[in-house]
Amino acid sequence: MSHVPYPRPCGDFRTTYAEDASLYKTRPAFRAAVAITLLAALMPIISWTMPAVVSTAMISNLIQIGILAIAALGLNVLVGFTGQISLGHAAFFGFGAFSSAYLVNNFSVPVLLAIPAAGIVTALVGFLFGLPAARLKGLYLAIATLAAQFILEDFFARATWFTEGYGVTADRPVLAGLSLADDRWFYYVVLFWVIISFIGVSNLRRSRDGRAFVAVRDHYLSAEIMGINLTKYRVLSFGVSSFFAGLAGALYGHFLGFVSVEAFTILLSIQFLAMIIIGGLGSVTGSLLGAAFIFMLPPTMQSFASSLAEIFPAMQQGVAYVKEMAIGLAIILFLILEPEGLIHLWRRIRASWKLFPFSH
Amino acid sequence: MTQPERMLEVEGVSLRFGGVRALNNVSFHVERGELFSIIGPNGAGKTSLLNCISGRYRPNEGSIRFRGEQLLGRSINDRARLGIGRTFQNLALFGHMSVLDNILVGRHHLLKNNVITGMLYWASGARREELAHRKRVEEIIDFLEIQHVRNEPAGTLSYGLRKRVELARAVAIEPELILLDEPMAGMNLEEKEDMARYIVDLGQEFNMTIVMIEHDMGVVVDLSDRVIVLDFGKLIAGGTPEEVMADEHVKRAYLGEEDELLHDEEAEAMPSKQPEGVGA
Ligand SMILES: Nc1ncnc2c1ncn2[C@@H]1O[C@H](COP(=O)(O)OP(=O)(O)OP(=O)(O)O)[C@@H](O)[C@H]1O
Ligand SMILES: [Mg+2]
Repeated sequence: MSHVPYPRPCGDFRTTYAEDASLYKTRPAFRAAVAITLLAALMPIISWTMPAVVSTAMISNLIQIGILAIAALGLNVLVGFTGQISLGHAAFFGFGAFSSAYLVNNFSVPVLLAIPAAGIVTALVGFLFGLPAARLKGLYLAIATLAAQFILEDFFARATWFTEGYGVTADRPVLAGLSLADDRWFYYVVLFWVIISFIGVSNLRRSRDGRAFVAVRDHYLSAEIMGINLTKYRVLSFGVSSFFAGLAGALYGHFLGFVSVEAFTILLSIQFLAMIIIGGLGSVTGSLLGAAFIFMLPPTMQSFASSLAEIFPAMQQGVAYVKEMAIGLAIILFLILEPEGLIHLWRRIRASWKLFPFSH
Repeated sequence: MTQPERMLEVEGVSLRFGGVRALNNVSFHVERGELFSIIGPNGAGKTSLLNCISGRYRPNEGSIRFRGEQLLGRSINDRARLGIGRTFQNLALFGHMSVLDNILVGRHHLLKNNVITGMLYWASGARREELAHRKRVEEIIDFLEIQHVRNEPAGTLSYGLRKRVELARAVAIEPELILLDEPMAGMNLEEKEDMARYIVDLGQEFNMTIVMIEHDMGVVVDLSDRVIVLDFGKLIAGGTPEEVMADEHVKRAYLGEEDELLHDEEAEAMPSKQPEGVGA
């Protein structure tokens, strides 16, 4: 056996176990993450001072990407970490939205408290649906979660005490008498939860139960021998994923101002799945990238189709059609060219930047 | 630690798969600190026996005691906490996890942090706990000489290295009893010598009791304190390696002495070294 020390990539100077376990394996990666977070925190300030640079529409888009990213992150714990599947994520997202509105409207719970509380309530519902699901695998599990989707949708339509049968209003938060109704203030509420969620799940991934999730996915027979209770971890994974779905749904409700019983269909569940597949299964950062991609794709393709129509006036009739085709095509092309997701693309780009211009 | 009780007592264990009698009234015991080998031709029921001990299979009859305590009826995920670790005949690593993470999974039952404290990491003390255990894991990594691949995804390693990582993962459980299913199958001579050294050290430095299935007779004779021989699910001989090698039944059934051949099946039952058969 050769004992040549494994050559690390250039620029990798870890020397202690603690560094080894740190969230960012290299200094530049850590600095990049901090820089991006700071930039994100500056957006509303730029929007206030220079609205021409950062429009309110952009702020609204960023809010929605952030919210979708939290939900996608939750789904990634279930699908990417634990290797299960859920076609019902949107229903849990919706449950969070209604729970938060319910707590605020009926018990005068402050919105800022109702949002995480909705996450906890949704996690409990997730455990409930996860209990039977934990015994199923593959297609059977997919069908069971599909049932959860329809059961909850039906519940939204029928439980008038909870949803009025069509929908309920959801106020924007107030902090110390100060209204956070302006999108630019609400942006900070979302940013706060995005940061908390992403750091939380990154930490999970490098601690006991996060590893247990991945072990269950990779080889459940040997996971069991290592002392991991399969049922417990499969149910737990549903709970964690539902928590983030509920948290994100609550944010979404208060963002829209009105929670409609029709907003949380299977289509949205599939979009959440698309986000994590395109972003990168099991990747924390990928959840954010995938959410941004899926959210931005339709408007991007809309303007693409419109500008095409300007060049070729004959296309005028078919703009909507071209847009839908372009979305489908973009996703398919993406999956062919970068099957491991946006995160993989991002890592490659970063690798070529690292130590520029001296990298090898 | 109480010394007197036996590490493992297997009594009258029978296991059937439909018409196949994988194990037929097998009884033996393993003393604390022993290096105990199970040999026998392909399909003799060796892996099935290990699976009964580790809980994968439930015997139709018999009892299996570990340190005096009945194992049958206890769940598989209890084994690690009780002090039993194992490796698999067909590799069973967590392919997408790094070598380090694979071995850390072995610490699962020793770690206390959970989903919530894990997410809080710095604030909950999970970090301190993780790093403390990582220190022990690094010792195991050094012992098995896999430092150079510690951050590689386990699924990308060579066969011999994967076998070693699997051993490291089982050692990380800190078991009192470790079950090894053909730890040297498919290895070249040099890798086998390394592996033999690790196994001896498991007993001498880590104070583990070892139950090992192995086809390589040289290794079995050199390393084992005691050996049992299975053939068609039956225990046909047991004792020191020398006693077993001299046993007439073993010669006939296992080594297949040509002039004494009674059945063609016995010729086919010659030991082969490729890892095959129904894995765990
Ligand atoms: N899960 C199972 N279902 C059906 N039959 C099984 C199962 N597991 C083992 N068997 C049968 O039990 C017998 C013993 O198999 P086992 O894998 O224990 O043999 P082994 O001694 O480990 O052989 P090898 O040296 O090839 O690994 C074989 O006939 C095998 O086909
Ligand atoms: Mg076997």
